[in-house]
Amino acid sequence: MTEPSEQLTGAQSLIRSLESVGVDTVFGIPGGAILPAYDPMFDSQKIRHILVRHEQGAGHAAEGYAVATGRVGVCMATSGPGATNLVTPIADAYMDSVPIVAVTGQVPSGAIGTDAFQEADISGITMPITKHNFLVTDPAEIPRAIAEAFHIASTGRPGPVLVDVAKDALQSRTSFSWPPTMDLPGYRPVSKPHAKQVREAARLILESRRPVLYVGGGVIKARAAAELRRLADLTGIPVVTTLMARGAFPDSHPSHLGMPGMHGTVAAVTALQKADLLIALGTRFDDRVTGQLSSFAPLAKIIHADIDPAEISKNRVADVPIVGDCRDVIADLAATLEAEAAAGRRPDIEAWWSQVNQWRETFPLGYETPADGTLSPQYVIQQLGRIAGPEAIYASGVGQHQMWAAQFINYENPNTWLNSGGAGTMGYAVPAAMGAKVGRPDATVWAIDGDGCFQMTNQELATCAINNIPIKVAIINNGALGMVRQWQTLFYNGRYSNTDLHSRRIPDFVKLADAYGCVGLRCESADSVDATIEKAMAIDDVPVVVDFVVHQDAMVWPMVAAGTSNDDIMIARSMAPIWDRDEGETGVELEPR
Amino acid sequence: MSKHTLSVLVEDKPGVLARIAGLFSRRGFNIDSLAVGPTEQPGVSRMTIVVAVDELPLEQVTKQLNKLVNVVKIVELDQSSSVQRELLLVKVRADAQTRSSVLETVQLFRAKVVDVATDAVTIEATGNTDKLAAFLRILEPFGIKEIVQSGMVAVGRGSRSITDRALRPVERSA
Repeated sequence: MTEPSEQLTGAQSLIRSLESVGVDTVFGIPGGAILPAYDPMFDSQKIRHILVRHEQGAGHAAEGYAVATGRVGVCMATSGPGATNLVTPIADAYMDSVPIVAVTGQVPSGAIGTDAFQEADISGITMPITKHNFLVTDPAEIPRAIAEAFHIASTGRPGPVLVDVAKDALQSRTSFSWPPTMDLPGYRPVSKPHAKQVREAARLILESRRPVLYVGGGVIKARAAAELRRLADLTGIPVVTTLMARGAFPDSHPSHLGMPGMHGTVAAVTALQKADLLIALGTRFDDRVTGQLSSFAPLAKIIHADIDPAEISKNRVADVPIVGDCRDVIADLAATLEAEAAAGRRPDIEAWWSQVNQWRETFPLGYETPADGTLSPQYVIQQLGRIAGPEAIYASGVGQHQMWAAQFINYENPNTWLNSGGAGTMGYAVPAAMGAKVGRPDATVWAIDGDGCFQMTNQELATCAINNIPIKVAIINNGALGMVRQWQTLFYNGRYSNTDLHSRRIPDFVKLADAYGCVGLRCESADSVDATIEKAMAIDDVPVVVDFVVHQDAMVWPMVAAGTSNDDIMIARSMAPIWDRDEGETGVELEPR
Repeated sequence: MSKHTLSVLVEDKPGVLARIAGLFSRRGFNIDSLAVGPTEQPGVSRMTIVVAVDELPLEQVTKQLNKLVNVVKIVELDQSSSVQRELLLVKVRADAQTRSSVLETVQLFRAKVVDVATDAVTIEATGNTDKLAAFLRILEPFGIKEIVQSGMVAVGRGSRSITDRALRPVERSA
């Protein structure tokens, strides 16, 4: 029902529009051009505005909120530098298909194009990194732009949408009525899969002898974890979950082989390589998963289901393309296969399982405990996962700690693993954890961060402390840009050019936590890890920062070096499994690489 | 690589051209020619884009274009079932000695003279790419002073319109 229209300012119209579309939280910082909007925001009973310390923090917080809740996250900034500080999180959300709406102020319409103070063409700048964006100069267009922005951000393949509003549009009088009529003749996302394609997929599955369910982040976006579980249970097909899909399928499930890709498990990587059929669901054959594309899964036929038609056959040509929402696709596929199973037809994969199990048993994930008694970073992360449990939410930065957090924490639930997968944005963890905690105040939220990442966005600890957002931060402090250092170790003869941060000396993270009104703890030995984590878990009224001082030379294994084939996966330095010509034969070879 | 002609219906909104041009450049596709103009429907513009790509990248181009919210419809027009035209304005040296030969060439190509000066004529010609290229080759010896050429526009043959449902849009493969 349309409410009768009222007279108000463009700024009031903007806030009313945000309220009407269901926004309860906005992360932002005011400034000149957006200032008119902050006046009615002050009075809003429905919107909690959280004043961050840097716009990048607002953007990642909106992302964290969105990933943890499944709702659209919102951030707000002023024109010029305020808006350009949002560019990194917007690009991040674009790469990881995170639904956020960024509202920015723009200089008055008459000044646009004159290089006015704090002017930046943010709609032009963000064109390649948004799903869509709007420049609004007519106040009457504000409600429609907001309604369309939220619709576009949250439907189809989700993504970031930016709404840039000129200051004079915020200041002038206009009429407001809700809901506005959306006018998007060119936007028609397909959600229902084609029945013929689903039947064809089912046929390939029944014929396959070595199938793998290759599950991507789209399954979580589509809220299809339950449907996936049903499909996996029904068929018994091995499952791999990509970095973006951790939590889409329980790690405790016997069919789960773990994560594929550059730092995936040997079983997951090898199963993809040797498969005769990949059932790719909401995933995009990213280079970090496929390795050298030409030698990826050379024997496999491909069923590729995605809501974005442009992802299908982009990197790897699909034999059976299915455009549709993953929840519908998987449900339809499961229903079709259930009928086949009732008639006694199932894929014959017993031999495949014995092969897969052999890889799984021979090459489990593991790590070496440092001989010098220093703390193993993998152990810290593993214990954190055990103590905080699968109901907690984990947000990570980018680098070694991210890979270990993906490998050594067991995820059982969707929307509990937040990270920057596509863009690889260092500094994501703290603000994303903040956004997640705001969206899910009941959940324990851990940021697992590196000492490098942490120093990029740790100012948001002030926001957390002041606004009662008690996140917990585990700094995996090896004093270096660890992943870059690992590559220098492996590929640059150990020449550590500019990767030593000295952050075990400066800054003192415990003092820094204290300065920000957080509890700061430090842990340097294995025997105090559990007690430290438990102490952090017991504190619920202020943010906690734990400085885990860890061994500097720990490396992430297994590893498929960039640009090489997945067949050349290494389980440790200079150690690669031998794949005998006879299927299933495995051994370990020491070879210099 | 083969040339493909895409007719793209877009919402007539600010920035649409930038969105399309930006998409082509950042995805590494080359535009051979581009022409934009209004259509019979208010608020809808039509772009004719000629791209030189193979079959699979062409599918990527159209899929990525379709993802732009302001793009309403894309149809590929192949050469045999569509009329394709470009507009050429060319200024050719033509003094008393050569003028009649130049005018003869103009007649042969069914072009027309739109401006005359003592030592030059300006000629307007339309046609497909090959015809205009041939025309320019013939004019070349007289001395070409200036060329300006439009992007190609194209329309499907027959009674159907791009806005009809009957014409299958190049959208998705499933």
